Amino acid sequence: MPDIEQFRVDCAAWLEENCPDSMRWEGPKAGDGTIGEMLAWGGRKADWSKNPDARVWLDRMAEKGWTAPTWPREYGGGGLDKDEGRVLGQELARLKAMPPLAGFGLTMIGPLLVDHGTEEQKKRFLPEICRGEIRWCQGYSEPNSGSDLASLATRAELDGDDWVLNGQKVWTSYADLADWMFCLVRTDTESKHGGITFILFDMDDPGITVRPIPLISGYSPFCETFIENVRVPRDQVVGGVNNGWTMAKALLGHERSMISSAFSERGSVNRLVELAREYLPGEDGRIGDAHSRDSVVALTMDKACLDLTIRRTGEAAKLGQQPGPETSIFKYYATELNKARYSLMVSLLGPQALGWEGEGFEEGELEITREWLRSRGNSIEGGTSEIQLNIIAKRVLGLPD
Amino acid sequence: MSLVLNEEQKLLKASAADFARKESPLSRVRALRDSDDELGFSRELWASMAALGWPAILVPEQYGGLGLGLTEICCVIEELGRNLVPEPLLSNALLGSAAIIEAGSEEQKSRLLPAVADGSGLVALAWQERKTRYDPAVIEASASPSGGGWTLEGEKVLVWDGHVADVLVVSARTSGAPGDRDGVSLFLVDKGAAGLKITRQQTMDLRNAAVLRFDSVELDSDSLLGTEGEGLAPLQAIIDRATLGLCAEMMGSAEAVFAMTLDYLKTREQFGVVIGSFQALKHRAALIFIELELSRSALMGACEAVDAAADDVAEKISTAKARLSGTAVLAAYEGLQMHGGVGMTDEHDIGFYLKRARAAELSFGDAAWHRDRFATLQGL
Ligand SMILES: Cc1cc2nc3c(=O)[nH]c(=O)nc-3n(C[C@H](O)[C@H](O)[C@H](O)COP(=O)(O)OP(=O)(O)OC[C@H]3O[C@@H](n4cnc5c(N)ncnc54)[C@H](O)[C@@H]3O)c2cc1C
Repeated sequence: MPDIEQFRVDCAAWLEENCPDSMRWEGPKAGDGTIGEMLAWGGRKADWSKNPDARVWLDRMAEKGWTAPTWPREYGGGGLDKDEGRVLGQELARLKAMPPLAGFGLTMIGPLLVDHGTEEQKKRFLPEICRGEIRWCQGYSEPNSGSDLASLATRAELDGDDWVLNGQKVWTSYADLADWMFCLVRTDTESKHGGITFILFDMDDPGITVRPIPLISGYSPFCETFIENVRVPRDQVVGGVNNGWTMAKALLGHERSMISSAFSERGSVNRLVELAREYLPGEDGRIGDAHSRDSVVALTMDKACLDLTIRRTGEAAKLGQQPGPETSIFKYYATELNKARYSLMVSLLGPQALGWEGEGFEEGELEITREWLRSRGNSIEGGTSEIQLNIIAKRVLGLPD
Repeated sequence: MSLVLNEEQKLLKASAADFARKESPLSRVRALRDSDDELGFSRELWASMAALGWPAILVPEQYGGLGLGLTEICCVIEELGRNLVPEPLLSNALLGSAAIIEAGSEEQKSRLLPAVADGSGLVALAWQERKTRYDPAVIEASASPSGGGWTLEGEKVLVWDGHVADVLVVSARTSGAPGDRDGVSLFLVDKGAAGLKITRQQTMDLRNAAVLRFDSVELDSDSLLGTEGEGLAPLQAIIDRATLGLCAEMMGSAEAVFAMTLDYLKTREQFGVVIGSFQALKHRAALIFIELELSRSALMGACEAVDAAADDVAEKISTAKARLSGTAVLAAYEGLQMHGGVGMTDEHDIGFYLKRARAAELSFGDAAWHRDRFATLQGL
């Protein structure tokens, strides 16, 4: 047996033995927590009471280094080569296993540190990230700097061996639950893009205040973060002073691909079909209402086309080809599709989607309504749809500003 | 009849606009929500509205009302819709008491309507069940004969302002199965009837509503409203006119959300310019404006048809609801997107409008449902 097939057999056996049943997940169904509750986010403030199995799963996977399978072993990764990493991914998918660890550590700041961190930074942060010991938040946006991120104004001034930070960040997702922030600060006012620095700090540092901001969905995942005379040692700058914009762009690529992959979540389109059958039943499993039937199928096909495009890019990448211009469409298309999906779910529910809580509505109906509201932010977070289209028009199509 | 308001109608609209601005800014709705207010509106404010004569608009003069038309009530509702004013005008005037006006006997009208007109009595219409969706014939609640009267069993949901109504008009089957055109009857039920349980519902868009449970509720023979088994036609006519009232509300709230968005486009700066200077946003704002204008015409055309008792009233109402559903949701979706991150926060008002827009879209038939009904009416 070739090595890779032996690896597959061993891997499957190990996963079968170690992945708790509750972490094998078919897609949302009544009685489950939200996906957010079921996932392990890690960090010092983690509350495992809702999902004790998630912790078991995380610890076992982290011990193997399989939370970050292809990172070097010395940094807490699994040291797998590309093929082994792919096999592991396939075996996890076969078990329908939940990812052992979610959050910005593994998907955003970790990869950036692998590429651009100093040796000392890698040794310090990557193992903790792999084990889910620190949870990260992203401090980019400010009240006056959203789409025009490079206009950001949070100041950093050098005082001895420390940078002293002053300013305000906003829409900082999970700042209230995070242990560390990766943050963009202004270190030079002369140059817009060339005066930004990428810096890391501990959210428990004196001078940081976090205020959660409730969303229209009633949940409160993002915060305002006030930064007042926060002292950050110089060695917590990543990629060099005034080189933050380059770092941010590198990281934004990770963020956008994460957001689009989050929406290729399994079972998601079938849920449309299930709901349509339940709320608009016809004969022999047909969707009873012609208009809804067409809408459900249209989105199902849209989703299939997106999935094929993602796969096409993936296969090309495996053959060592550079990612083509098609990758620029993922963030836009995946988030718009997700919004359309939830919007349709609400239509399928009809008046039963009008609930907020309490009497007269099923648990599942209330959940869909809240998720629909949350989905409206998908085309804003991580760069708005308008900005995505501007990027495609300019960078891919070569159209003038 | 005309597609332009006359002087009296303009005055009425202006006074409603003034009232909404002074007495009920959106912050009031927010405060009612945040304090878990038991009623979800204010009895005093309702009394002020009654003093202005609004609950009396549709009540015929012989019962103490003003005997005015749909155009007039829509003028008021539109203006209140701008600030999502929560007092029970639409539910009372266009659903509850409308049923009495449409189907009631002389005795029932003279007994109940004077209190409606002066605002002291509230009537709600209980026509929806969890499976009703948009067809009022799809109901399971039943009324069976008992000792000369009736015994009522079943559940009604999303009864607008059902938590405060003194009298409830309830649809129930006296024969047939859910969906049958015959066999639907309407009944008057007192809020204190034994076996009736009223529970307030928490809706996403803060429209006040209740679940009603009827557990062997005994009704007298004179509680029947209209003819036994023939309640569907009057019920559909009532719902149609209420649909138009809802369209007027949607018109007001869609214009409000658009005004808010336009203001933001003119003030929010990114890349050193106001975001309204980006063509990507500018053109979409212009498109929303076009939709709003078409919607207003559809609304006024339908009001005109109702007040002139035209033959194609139902088609006109379906046209209005289909159009307004699209416009209201578009204005809210686009408005939120153009606000960026701040639009997603509960602290900003836009979310209130987004929730109301979709809730209104999914009440009394969404756009696809009304297009389908239009096609059926036209024999297409
Ligand atoms: C749920 C959620 C989570 C978030 N999490 C984080 C986080 O963890 N960390 C973080 O730093 N930020 C986060 N954000 C912030 C997000 O990145 C910003 O909201 C986004 O970049 C838009 O910025 P803005 O809100 O200032 O909107 P603005 O930039 O003010 O945009 C307003 C509108 O103008 C449009 N616009 C702007 N410029 C142009 C242009 N040139 N051409 C055409 N249209 C344009 C926009 O597309 C938008 O429709 C989050 C946002 C949301 C909604």
